[in-house]
Amino acid sequence: MAIFIDETTKVLVQGITGSFGARHARLSIEYGTHIVGGVTPTKGGQLFDNTVPIFDTVSAAVKETGATASVIFVPPAFAADAVLEAADAGVELIVCITEGIPVMDMMRVKALLVGSKSRLVGPNCPGIVTPGRGERSHGGCRIGIAPGYIHKRGNVGVVSRSGTLTYEAVWQLTQLGYGQSTCVGIGGDPINGTSHLDVLKCFNDDPETEAIILIGEIGGNAEVEAARWARDYCRKPIAGFIAGATAPPGRRMGHAGAIVGGEDDTAQAKKRILTECGIAVAETPGVMAKTLLECWGR
Amino acid sequence: MNIHEYQAKELFDRFGVPSPKGKVASSPKEVYDAARWLAINNLVVKAQIHAGGRGKGVFKSGYKGGVQLVKSPEEARDAATQMLGEVLVTKQTGDAGRLVRKVMVGEAVSIRRELYLAILLDRECCQPVIIVSTEGGMDIEEVAAHSPEKILREHIHPLMGLQAYQVRKICHDLGLQVSARQFGRLLHALYKLFIDCDCSMVEINPVVVTTNDHVYALDAKFNFDDNALYRHPEISSMRDSDAEDPREVAAALHDLNYIGLDGNIACLVNGAGLAMATMDIIKHHGGDPANFLDVGGGASKEQVAAAFHIILGDPNVKGIFINIFGGIMDCNIVAEGVVAAAKETALTLPLVVRLEGNNVQAGQATLDASGLNIITAVGMDDGARKIVAAVA
Repeated sequence: MAIFIDETTKVLVQGITGSFGARHARLSIEYGTHIVGGVTPTKGGQLFDNTVPIFDTVSAAVKETGATASVIFVPPAFAADAVLEAADAGVELIVCITEGIPVMDMMRVKALLVGSKSRLVGPNCPGIVTPGRGERSHGGCRIGIAPGYIHKRGNVGVVSRSGTLTYEAVWQLTQLGYGQSTCVGIGGDPINGTSHLDVLKCFNDDPETEAIILIGEIGGNAEVEAARWARDYCRKPIAGFIAGATAPPGRRMGHAGAIVGGEDDTAQAKKRILTECGIAVAETPGVMAKTLLECWGR
Repeated sequence: MNIHEYQAKELFDRFGVPSPKGKVASSPKEVYDAARWLAINNLVVKAQIHAGGRGKGVFKSGYKGGVQLVKSPEEARDAATQMLGEVLVTKQTGDAGRLVRKVMVGEAVSIRRELYLAILLDRECCQPVIIVSTEGGMDIEEVAAHSPEKILREHIHPLMGLQAYQVRKICHDLGLQVSARQFGRLLHALYKLFIDCDCSMVEINPVVVTTNDHVYALDAKFNFDDNALYRHPEISSMRDSDAEDPREVAAALHDLNYIGLDGNIACLVNGAGLAMATMDIIKHHGGDPANFLDVGGGASKEQVAAAFHIILGDPNVKGIFINIFGGIMDCNIVAEGVVAAAKETALTLPLVVRLEGNNVQAGQATLDASGLNIITAVGMDDGARKIVAAVA
């Protein structure tokens, strides 16, 4: 089952002819993902790597290919427009990788997407992976920039704001012999399309997901909101980690969203609330998988 | 990014936010001339630094107060002489204080009421929120803690903007009568400035109502969204690199994300989340991180070398911990960068390297064959323990 995407998902790449988009489109194709088309205005009619058709608009690409997901690799100044174009074309899942989008742009996009049937994941995120069943998880659906080979098909759902911390957790799980159902990077920006809580609800309803790792950081209250919901409704064991215990207040720690504002969005406060809500909080990022296995009874 | 008060005044003037007359100056002579030009008897001279609490601050020379009320151009010049080129310490600057390079000389208005006004982005509901309080001129965190009912919030729909009824409501709740129209105009102008300039926060503390019912923004603190600076060259050019950490300025030139801290273990990491987590794990094992440093997802040899130079520029650093999860990034390229940088800087400090991911065997081999005294680690905990032990 997995969530959001599986091995049959048809994916478009917006910005497929840029160097970043091209590189990751190739890696996804190698991983076995159905990249059915690319979108680059003015390059419609051409082929990417002699195989993938390029379209001028998302709308034309959707009509022609039946794609239901799109991944965005366009530069920050054009990313908000790219998200809106995908939503307008009826794309169900929009994954925006772009880092550095002005927050006012995202604020307007978020307001415009209210009531839309499209789900936005990101921006400033590593994307989503549902591992395949082949060797080194080949044959899965990889949308974004995560390394495919570190995954293994299995039953742990992973949700995180940070890319490299997600890879860390996934790799720990894989090395211990536990695979993942789906890994979702929701992104490090203050305004994002899909929250920890949105993903947690989907994992809770997904029969293939048996346990969950939730990785958060300082700033905002998204992790707390997810934890409070989990305390009352989640039927599956959860391990958590919150990065930024040593971050000085008021400073942006790489991610635009990672700024300690008040007392409740410090790492210490979030860890305390997660623990109170029954989430097993990993003492260090080196033991995220181990902490999950302990509370899962494996 | 922060700006100075005199730069905020430039923005206020451009958007029609009323503020008292004033001029910036960088020498006592300029202050004197500006005061003459203003032709007012009630003047104020204010030190321009990126920190609050100036009025109660003390200069390292012993001179008290970074904000001085004066009565003549001569007095203004004398006050400026005490401030310019001196280091001002306030509760927000830390013990090091900040060097005053410029002062602002302006009209000192006679105040009847002080109000608090801020606009910022509420990330939970993804909308701008206007925050006002009748308790202006005070520490707003204190007001929030002791009398939260005195803080009012009004959310603005991003696609609709500030509505007239919202302004009426705010004025009513602040108890403004004669001055309501002027305050409303200020609020509309400030909201437009907030949106048009891609601010993440603008705070005016206080907005004053004068004895003759004029409304002025008396001080301002701005934060701009760094992601949007590309479309505001006029605001980018207000950046005062002298007021920022030189290491952070150098890092930005190489597309590195660096923030200096007080500890002695430097770290070099790929990815913001992992970089934060690396600082945490050093602390967890009893060490103290010297910095946050994210080299990004596709770090080149040149970036690794630049990162080394920035790290080693911090005299407190006693050891370095490199933590790389090279998902797509080639671990061997990182290893080559590390070896080259360590040789070039004739590194003598302990260096712990934890490499994981793509092409890790080749990376490890490069480190082993380098002849350098590099301590390798398996996993983050192992690496953190080793660097803490090495600097102990």
